[in-house]
Amino acid sequence: MTDQTTLDILLLSLAVIGILVALTILGVFLRMRVPYGGTNPVIEAFVVRVHTWWGLTIILALAVLSGRIGVILLFAFVSFAALREFLTFTIKHRADHLSLVIGFFVILPLQYLFVALDWTALFTVFIPVYGFLLLPIVSAFRGEPDKFLVRVAETQWGLMICVYCISHVPALLTYDMPDGSDRSILLIVFFAMVVQLGDLFEYYAGRKFGRRKIAPNLSPKTVGGVVTGVLAASAVGAILSWITPFGVLGAASMAALASVTGIFGTVVFAAIKRDRGVKDWSHLIPGQGGFLDQLDSVIFAAPVFFHVTHLVWG
Amino acid sequence: MADAKLFFRRLASQSVGHLLALAARFITAVRADWRGIEPIAKQRVYFANHVSNADMPMIWTVLPGHIRRQTRPVAAADYWLSNRLRAFVGPEVFNCVLVDRRPEARTEDPMEKIFEALDEGSSLIIFPEGNRNMTDDPLLPFRAGLYNMGRLRPHIDLVPTWIANLNEIMPKGEVIPLPLICTVTFGAPIHVEEGEEKDEFLKRAADALVALSLPDEGAGS
Repeated sequence: MTDQTTLDILLLSLAVIGILVALTILGVFLRMRVPYGGTNPVIEAFVVRVHTWWGLTIILALAVLSGRIGVILLFAFVSFAALREFLTFTIKHRADHLSLVIGFFVILPLQYLFVALDWTALFTVFIPVYGFLLLPIVSAFRGEPDKFLVRVAETQWGLMICVYCISHVPALLTYDMPDGSDRSILLIVFFAMVVQLGDLFEYYAGRKFGRRKIAPNLSPKTVGGVVTGVLAASAVGAILSWITPFGVLGAASMAALASVTGIFGTVVFAAIKRDRGVKDWSHLIPGQGGFLDQLDSVIFAAPVFFHVTHLVWG
Repeated sequence: MADAKLFFRRLASQSVGHLLALAARFITAVRADWRGIEPIAKQRVYFANHVSNADMPMIWTVLPGHIRRQTRPVAAADYWLSNRLRAFVGPEVFNCVLVDRRPEARTEDPMEKIFEALDEGSSLIIFPEGNRNMTDDPLLPFRAGLYNMGRLRPHIDLVPTWIANLNEIMPKGEVIPLPLICTVTFGAPIHVEEGEEKDEFLKRAADALVALSLPDEGAGS
């Protein structure tokens, strides 16, 4: 990486750390107002979340600073953890064991290898075409017809969500910047920040105002909260436009696009969790549930952000 | 000299133990749900469902170090002594109480070895079904051993321990484990009641264990 890119990454990390310091102090302040001996669950949840954001920020910053390989390995691990959570709750049979093992130990590493090798023509079709066709064949050879379609469909959904979609975050590295620089890694920072901050604003704004629910049976999200979240994300996008090739207006619209697809992704995941009767996917991320609870918005936003970036600015 | 050799064997068994626990955590992100007991060092018999050879290492992994040190799994001698590697891992890493399952071949009474371990103050991990459960039923009928432990050592807590998902992680005959989330749930301890018959108690124990396979209705999160 050039010195300028490294410097910009450090600068952005410092800015995020600044925000986290402010949020940490806010947490202390909010706790102080609770009478001695009492506790407020909303404030405690907020404090735990801030702790988790510290961890996530530090891990992402270190990965980005270490360069391409660090980022790809980090997201490959995230895919692994997400797929592990997803497939824990899908319908499967002993006959699917081999195809699921192939999903974890062959398809997942190959997908990230293709991303690392910059083979765009392959990693964009590998899982939707080859994984899609191969895994049902392997399952069928074991000869168990019971719920076959449901089993192969849920497995494929898991691979699309947890491997294909998540791999499109590090796939942003394959984007060739118009000025020929190595700054495509900063697109990942841009993407992660607008989606996460959009989520954050949507979450707290939705609690304060907005009454009309966007999906009344599934999610407490309100129209007012979503609009606030998307507007906040595009404002953040405009501020960060200097690290993108999009220009100020372009960066604001890309941020809005990422934020709105992300928020809709969260609603889809709420439907899946409701279907399976679980509140959280796992307990691995304190205060957030599992990896999938933390990443549902990123998962939906990543492929769209990747394709529009290539389509409009490619 | 003998001390040094012992030291290195201990070091090796500790390191292998940590590696196995790490592997278990990497593959299954295994987590303990202390639903009915606290994780404190109290003498207990953890009795668990048995679907896979990975069951015992899962329970062992989620026990905190100080409890792990005083807890000994009861395991089959014919399995753990079948080769040199297993003969190291079973008795030295897991500190197993090895019992012979084959009545025709054995020279000592398995229950005697189990009571010996209990009287030394160890906690035990046992699988009262005796064999791995390959059926669609949640549990096979329990053997009498659990009842005898509860009757003859009434002060020891018998803790139902449910291991979820392992039959999908490692079905019989498969070599590669599937990475899925595994949860080990510890229920409230039970004891043999005054005058309780064997079958009555074993049914109550089995019911307490199966009840843990359902999500906890009472707990908010």
